[in-house]
Amino acid sequence: MTFDQFIQNLANGISLGSLYALIAIGYTMVYGILRLINFAHGDIVMLGAYVAFYGVVMFMLPWWVAFPLAIILTAGIGVIIERAAYRPLRSFPRINLFTSAVAVSFLLENLGNVIFGGRPKAFERPAFMDIALQIGEASVLSYTPIIIVTAAILFAILIYIVNRTKVGMAMRALSKDIETTGLMGINTDRIIMFSFMLGSALAAAGGILWAIKFPQINPLMGVMPGLKAFIAAVLGGIGNITGAMLGGFLLGVVEIMIVAFFPDLSGYRDAFAYVILILLLLFRPTGIMGEVQAEKV
Amino acid sequence: MLPKKITLNLFSIILLIALMLSACAPAATPAVNSGDVPETGDTIVIGVYEPMTGSQAAGGQQTMQGVNLAYEQKGTVLGRPIKMVLVDNRSDKAESATAMTRLIEYEKAVAIVGSYGSSNSMAGGEVSEAAGIPVMGCSPTNPLVTEGKQFYFRACFIDPFQGRVMAKYAFEKDIKKIAIIKNISQDYSVGLAAFFRTSWKELTGSEDGIVADVNYQDGDQDFTAQLGAIKDAEAIYAPGYFGDAALLMKQAREMGFKGLFMGSDAWEAPELISIGGSAAEGAVFSSHYSAEAATTAASKPFVDAFTAKYNETPSAMAALGYDAYMLVVDAIERANSADPKAIRDAMAATKDYQGVTGSITINETGDAVKDAVVLEVKDGMFKYLSTVKP
Repeated sequence: MTFDQFIQNLANGISLGSLYALIAIGYTMVYGILRLINFAHGDIVMLGAYVAFYGVVMFMLPWWVAFPLAIILTAGIGVIIERAAYRPLRSFPRINLFTSAVAVSFLLENLGNVIFGGRPKAFERPAFMDIALQIGEASVLSYTPIIIVTAAILFAILIYIVNRTKVGMAMRALSKDIETTGLMGINTDRIIMFSFMLGSALAAAGGILWAIKFPQINPLMGVMPGLKAFIAAVLGGIGNITGAMLGGFLLGVVEIMIVAFFPDLSGYRDAFAYVILILLLLFRPTGIMGEVQAEKV
Repeated sequence: MLPKKITLNLFSIILLIALMLSACAPAATPAVNSGDVPETGDTIVIGVYEPMTGSQAAGGQQTMQGVNLAYEQKGTVLGRPIKMVLVDNRSDKAESATAMTRLIEYEKAVAIVGSYGSSNSMAGGEVSEAAGIPVMGCSPTNPLVTEGKQFYFRACFIDPFQGRVMAKYAFEKDIKKIAIIKNISQDYSVGLAAFFRTSWKELTGSEDGIVADVNYQDGDQDFTAQLGAIKDAEAIYAPGYFGDAALLMKQAREMGFKGLFMGSDAWEAPELISIGGSAAEGAVFSSHYSAEAATTAASKPFVDAFTAKYNETPSAMAALGYDAYMLVVDAIERANSADPKAIRDAMAATKDYQGVTGSITINETGDAVKDAVVLEVKDGMFKYLSTVKP
């Protein structure tokens, strides 16, 4: 592999990784607070992409209106799902909540099949994202750096919210102990709702960027990214936001590099990515950034 | 406190039910196209299993356009009404076996049409073979679909021939460096890649011209790493489904690939062009049929009826769906019985049937031997280039 090819693969790996990272944050936030693996999260990614698609195609909105609007609407859908399918079950055993999450996932996928149709749709990239950039021998399209920069900005906003604002402080407190936080006069329902909103907004952004990178959307498009992002979250240490980002980048780069260095293994890249995951979890069960938590009594 | 708990419990039960229903919704609510067919004991049930959702949905839906038209034209056989039942196999092998079981055991189908996708058909074929119900495949081209099967037939040619068609095309275009990229989760794709390689070796005397052979799998959307290794080839042969192919072509062009894209019949879907955009322009692939090169007496009326109904020209998948359904009805007529075994024997004896895709004779392996066409993407349309004889 030449140096140019290496740079090209690195750029592709990082842009794929930043999408995994965006989606992984939603998993990790919800898990950190509710100890719930929100299996419908991947389908929120799909909804985000479809809302943006219909905004552009059906309502003729320019992308700079349609995309933010899609993010806001999808965040709203995330809140509705939390309100309808998770909050009523919160006091029940974890397994109920988990089953409900799987149910929501199936529901969204099948609703997608019925409403949007099972056939893939072409997602138009805004023109400025389609400019070829030449790096030596290699060429990437302008959407690659745009995805990376957008993701970086969203990460910065998220880190600011979590670490520097009151609601962020409440979220962190909730992840330690919901009941005690409630006793301190914090409206836990609202904070949980806010976490879902934030997670879904990032998922929608991830979905739109995913559709820009792979301009074909279908009702099952969220399944694979959702699964990979979940793995990225576990890799980074589930419950830890910085860990989710790191896990996402790591997974994206490793996936691309395995195929780039060993083209013969190209059909088995998931297998190799997951072998790495298993090894990492064997030697570091809490993930890269995860802390060993004392069991709560 | 108690009533609230009960409502919550109810809520979770409802959710559970929703889960179960939604998990099997497409299979449990077949889009029965029964029209005004009366539900009598006399009804003959023809089952259809096709991918209506999932990654091959476009193929299944195109096929159903043809099947539905055929059913409209031919809704009775032996003086008895036909009830056609469609079950979605969701582009999935396991779902295909389930769909087949459902058609046979619950719907009591005496004969089956389907499915787009060789892997789907192979999974379904195991079930139909065990149950002794005859199946007429519309477009599954992998040889293994009918190999060793007494009850599986097909209206299309098979992949050893289809692989040769494109190898010959490349050879005649004097292409020296070809890269193959295939989907290792699909028997169709793996098989075609292998047959292409064999034919290439026969034509050129060596495999030197095949400079790379790389893989991807179902669900992959990022082909950049694979393409990085094969950018310098003069042509890429990618015998996969239209969705993968469209993304692959787009990414290859974005990375600066200048050569020719070559593919196979699963490329024939409007999505190849709508998603592939300008990257798909100039791509060539083998297929079963082109309305521009209609061959039999049945071809013209079919194109007219199809255009009148759907306001578009029929694709190869639609034409094969039409032929497959008509072949089943023809077999029932010749068997003069709705007994699956008798229908099977009549199907196996199909000779010189004048289908819309050509003259169909089922050979000893259960396959049709037919011409292939080569199509090119030109100005956002599939254009007919040439016909290749077997």
